[in-house]
Amino acid sequence: MILSVLQKIRQVILLSLVISMVGCASIPAGTERSPQDPWEPFNRSVFEFNEGLDAYLLKPVVAGYRFILPEFVRDGIYNFFSNYNDIYTALYNLLQGKPDYAFNDLMRVVVNTTFGLGGLIDMATPGGLEKHKEDWGQTLGVWGVPSGPYVVLPFFGPSNVRDTFGTVADLESDYLFSFVKDIGLRNSITGLRVVNARNTYYEAGDLLDGAAIDKYSFVRDAYIQRRAYQINEGRDDEEPQTPVSENPYQ
Amino acid sequence: MNSFKQIFGCICAGLLLASGTVLAQAPDQSTPPDALIKMVVTEVMATVKVDPDIQKGNIPKIVDLVEKKIVPYTDMRRTTEMAMGPNWKKASPEQQAQLTSEFKNLLIRTYSGALSQLRDQTVQFKTLRASPDDKEVVVKTVVLGRGDPVPLDYRLEKTANGWKVYDMNIMGVWLVEAYRNQFSSQISQNGIEGLVKFLQDRNKQLASAKPAN
Repeated sequence: MILSVLQKIRQVILLSLVISMVGCASIPAGTERSPQDPWEPFNRSVFEFNEGLDAYLLKPVVAGYRFILPEFVRDGIYNFFSNYNDIYTALYNLLQGKPDYAFNDLMRVVVNTTFGLGGLIDMATPGGLEKHKEDWGQTLGVWGVPSGPYVVLPFFGPSNVRDTFGTVADLESDYLFSFVKDIGLRNSITGLRVVNARNTYYEAGDLLDGAAIDKYSFVRDAYIQRRAYQINEGRDDEEPQTPVSENPYQ
Repeated sequence: MNSFKQIFGCICAGLLLASGTVLAQAPDQSTPPDALIKMVVTEVMATVKVDPDIQKGNIPKIVDLVEKKIVPYTDMRRTTEMAMGPNWKKASPEQQAQLTSEFKNLLIRTYSGALSQLRDQTVQFKTLRASPDDKEVVVKTVVLGRGDPVPLDYRLEKTANGWKVYDMNIMGVWLVEAYRNQFSSQISQNGIEGLVKFLQDRNKQLASAKPAN
């Protein structure tokens, strides 16, 4: 019964996805085309689809999640996944040639898994171990792979050609997760991860609606800037720092 | 003799306290950029944390706080000019003034919600890397709290009236750059007058909307 309902939902989602893609959204007249976004009509239609999915499915679910669970439980869930992701962040930082960052991230996992009760409490950040966030797309970017054109992925949102491969690699290389054998449990965890991720920008999501003149291009331009910043981050820190004694403003 | 010592001690302590508050509250023209950011951020955060009205999202009160404690240390005209790019020169002086004030209001409206969310966050101030004769600097900070740390950088320029913030970087996105396309698209569709009207309408709409929380 439940299975057939789930299948129905899947069919509906797939159908609406197909419809939204066939009916390419038109670009508002006079919009300046971005050289990084040659597939804008297609991207706009997927963006509309994602917006609808968020407004009618994901956001209401997250609202319920916030209503049912007290803040400290949500924080615990957030911290747990954050700690889990730190394992991969350590690995990606190592691959990016930042062993000091990787060591920092590894120490975070050790501290939070032990003193932080299996990752439910973030003890590392107040202890001075900075949180980083890395993924395959960023790692490829550090290696010099160009981003390619901007792409909006259904469900996943803003991306580009490089980061699309990165996202697939992120999902494929999640080996620890494959140790969870029970399909039902796996799906529940995946669902919780999605809800937790959306919950972290629950309030910020509304801010965008007020701030943007055209939300699509605002999100696109911000994404392109942000990914470049993330890839260059850490490189800045390698510049020699002015010793405190020589800093004119100290 | 003993009482004289006590009185003297009190005066000294009072003077120290007084000078301390003056230093903490009033950045002036000679305040270096990183110290300026630290003073403003520390004071705004302290104010929000003890004000239940602001925490409940009382928009007029937040706007008042921003106008008094943040706006004096910014150069919104420069911000608007940079976001407008080549279109700035095509706008009449009245339009430039209108755009500056409407853009300022839009930013205050959109970020006032974020200000009301401040609770147990702390801010890390990174060491400034600049030379004394720099006319422009970037002050880097990180906001720590619930969720991921948020990098928040400020770009300041040296003016006759001290250092002024004219651009901000939130999680890797510079404000001015994010708005450049927004403005130029709106202008190519409806002209500069159209952009002014759009911002006015949006601000009215945001002003009449209910507070987020």
